[in-house]
Amino acid sequence: MFVAILYIVLVIVLVWSIVHGRKVIRTERTDAVFGNPIRTQGGYHWVACGVSSLMLVWFTFSWDAGRAFFPNAANELCQVAKLNRALNPVRSAFPLDNRHLLGTRILKRDLHQIELLSEQLGEMGLAETDREKISALISDLRQTLVLQASTEYMAPGIMGRFQDVAARIKQLARDIQSEDFPGPADETRLAEALAQPGWGESSTEIPVLPKTERGRIFDAAAEIMTGITADYSEIRNDGPDLTGRIEDIRQSIEELEAIAVQQEHKDILSDIEKISKRIDDFRVFPTQVTQGIEASLILLEQAMQDRQGSLRFIDAWALPGGNILAGNNACSEQGSGRWLPKPSDTLATFIWMADPGQGYKGFPLFWYKMKPVSEMVDFIVPDWIADLIPGEYGHHDEQGDIDYGFKDSIYNFATGDFDSFSVPVPTGHIWDSILRVLAGLFLGILLGVPLGLFMGLSRFAKGYFDPLVELYRPVPPLAWAPLILTIFGIQDDGKIFLLFMVAFAIMVISARTGATGTQLSKIHAAHSLGASNRQIIQQVILPNSLPEILTGIRISIGVCWGTLVAAEMLAGTTGIGFVENVARKQSDYEIIWMTIIVMGVLGLLFDLIMRFVIDRTIPWRGKG
Amino acid sequence: MSDLVTDNLNMVFDLPDGSSVHALKDVTFTLRKGEILSVLGPSGCGKTTLLNIVAGFLHPTGGSIKLGGSVIEKPGVDRGMVFQQGALFEWLTVADNVNFGLRMKNADKADTKQKVEEWLDIVGLQGFGETPTYQLSGGMQQRVALARCLINDPDLILMDEPLGALDALTREKMQSLVLKIWKETGKTIMIITHSVEEALLLGERLFVMAPRPGRLHKQYRLPFAEMGLHGDPREIKNEEDFVQTREEILAMIWNMEEEIMGKVEAA
Ligand SMILES: Nc1ncnc2c1ncn2[C@@H]1O[C@H](COP(=O)(O)OP(=O)(O)O)[C@@H](O)[C@H]1O
Ligand SMILES: [Mg+2]
Repeated sequence: MFVAILYIVLVIVLVWSIVHGRKVIRTERTDAVFGNPIRTQGGYHWVACGVSSLMLVWFTFSWDAGRAFFPNAANELCQVAKLNRALNPVRSAFPLDNRHLLGTRILKRDLHQIELLSEQLGEMGLAETDREKISALISDLRQTLVLQASTEYMAPGIMGRFQDVAARIKQLARDIQSEDFPGPADETRLAEALAQPGWGESSTEIPVLPKTERGRIFDAAAEIMTGITADYSEIRNDGPDLTGRIEDIRQSIEELEAIAVQQEHKDILSDIEKISKRIDDFRVFPTQVTQGIEASLILLEQAMQDRQGSLRFIDAWALPGGNILAGNNACSEQGSGRWLPKPSDTLATFIWMADPGQGYKGFPLFWYKMKPVSEMVDFIVPDWIADLIPGEYGHHDEQGDIDYGFKDSIYNFATGDFDSFSVPVPTGHIWDSILRVLAGLFLGILLGVPLGLFMGLSRFAKGYFDPLVELYRPVPPLAWAPLILTIFGIQDDGKIFLLFMVAFAIMVISARTGATGTQLSKIHAAHSLGASNRQIIQQVILPNSLPEILTGIRISIGVCWGTLVAAEMLAGTTGIGFVENVARKQSDYEIIWMTIIVMGVLGLLFDLIMRFVIDRTIPWRGKG
Repeated sequence: MSDLVTDNLNMVFDLPDGSSVHALKDVTFTLRKGEILSVLGPSGCGKTTLLNIVAGFLHPTGGSIKLGGSVIEKPGVDRGMVFQQGALFEWLTVADNVNFGLRMKNADKADTKQKVEEWLDIVGLQGFGETPTYQLSGGMQQRVALARCLINDPDLILMDEPLGALDALTREKMQSLVLKIWKETGKTIMIITHSVEEALLLGERLFVMAPRPGRLHKQYRLPFAEMGLHGDPREIKNEEDFVQTREEILAMIWNMEEEIMGKVEAA
């Protein structure tokens, strides 16, 4: 319901944005000059246009819209798929899907093989008598194959059986079209069908029992057709003449094998035996005896199309890019409906996983947990602080009492061994990823900016650090990952270090560019205004490099984010990349899709924040 | 006394390719306290180099330079600079640009604030204190640059083509401002320009420099700056004396340029 409304709204937005956009273009046409960069400003209706068309494609090709508007379509198409599945063995024997009859294909293939055998024989260095015997055998084989196509040698009763099959198919076609097929519904079966979970509501994906009148037609027809197909498949062209010939050929092969010595002699005999076993299937018939079936198949197809009616258009327009296939006892989506998860399902998965009690692999997506302050103190304050305090740690006396002193208190503090209140700490896959990026970025800025400025100001620093930075920077971060993760561990340390490396190089280069780009006259002015070297760095060079530094941060965030997700896919037990990696192994497309969207949205968010910060902090950019 | 005294200043730049440029040759002059000097000359004759030496950004390769008896070794607050392109700190507001020098020596806040007000008043920018500098027009930016340099109360003000990038009308107004400041503060001012009219109008003294090697070609002592303090600059420009000197200097520079062209072609 919601999806249907949303879909209609999206269509309206799409149409509105295009109409509005065209109107805007028309009003400004007089002063609009191609190449004028001003023309990229504004245009939010085109954002609406882009977003809505993207969403429409997603809703349409994931069949979410189809499901919303035609909730029973998949169930009905499943019944059609069942009939098609029952029909397929018969159908595929006729030039409806294939170019040739099944018999023609078998003849062509086997004749070709026999041809190859006789060529092979010509090239073999066998004794004359052996060669002649095998040659005769091959020609017998060919004879037996070809004779299947002749009415003269046809097995008795085949004609009648084919006519029977043709008649039953024709009858089925007629039944399908008649109003009262398949008769009144069986109450219990219908109740059972209606009780099935809907399309996409369970792991079965598509309810398999027919819920609708139209569905029951095809379900019943599929059952009948299954019987017809079984009977058809039993028909063999195994008249006594032909079976006798195959018998003879087998006999000769056995005799010849007994006296064969050379390896190639044995090989060719076993090849001949293989082909004889294939001919043994007797699936080649004289063309005219099967014609009746082909004609009735065409009638059935026609009837199926008529009976499907609007369902065919629903299939084409609401379920594009794939179809529904029937298996042994289930139906499934194929094509884009399968690998492109539906937006509503993806959202549902996200909401389901966002529940902190649920999470993914026992860890929430984004939540918080209360952590005592003492734990953090333990982590931050090094234990050896206590050792620096003058005095000694307490010892026990004769009563076994211990005289704890100040030094002990400090030690207890440093090890976090004290009662404290708790504060909320963010925890969860998404938080972990964000915090890693921020930590790596923070370290990168903290160390990269000063070094970059230094390199922009000192010939020594530039020369000394340039090789270091420029040598490791061009290596893709992921190439470093295996090494870094081994050294620093696959948990946070390794990843943060990897991100630090990424951010550091970018920050060094941008800070350096900013520092080198400072106008000499500004520095001269600052000097004669009495600024010290330190003040010049802080008050002139740093603010002057701010545009480059902020751009560097913006780029770093993007690259860090990309690197992090890849690093998390390599190793680790938390993070958004980890979630995707597990989902990938389980082919869980909804979660994969969800993680992709989360990454995209977070990346976009980071960038928007940076753009906002840049606009706010350096409004003078390009105007100095 | 804080006179500027130079004695046989020489400046030779060694270029990376092994050759060298003789940018200044035997420059000797004395600029008394309270004098206003304009320096004129074709491009490349060493005007900026001379100014940079006075400011302390460059050390001369020969000769000596003293301000008030002590040798100039490095830039200092006793010499204020005004550049052609403002060289303002565009990330700061007008007031923060102006008080930059005072902030650098951690001057008293209230005092600073008051001084900023005063100087913005003098240069005609009252009420613009909180405006970001990048929003100002070129003329206003130069006013900020003047105020920024003057608030430090330097002995000597050095200006390198300060009005070069301004339109004619703004330029005239700024010329009056410079004269007004000269009169009211009694500062020693050294102003480089490539406009002959401006040099005549502002320079109580005027140096014409010649290129290759850069040297003082001719010195003048002119009455027009004094007259400009009282009279209308446009009338002064029509005085016979003024016109005559202008033509003379123009011809001089013209010849120098011809000579350079000739040298270049011959080479
Ligand atoms: N840092 C430097 N290195 C090498 N040559 C320089 C340097 N600064 C100036 N010069 C040269 O010295 C001469 C004088 O330059 P400058 O003082 O800028 O001239 P002006 O300001 O009169 O146009 C020019 O030929 C210039 O190329
Ligand atoms: Mg110059």
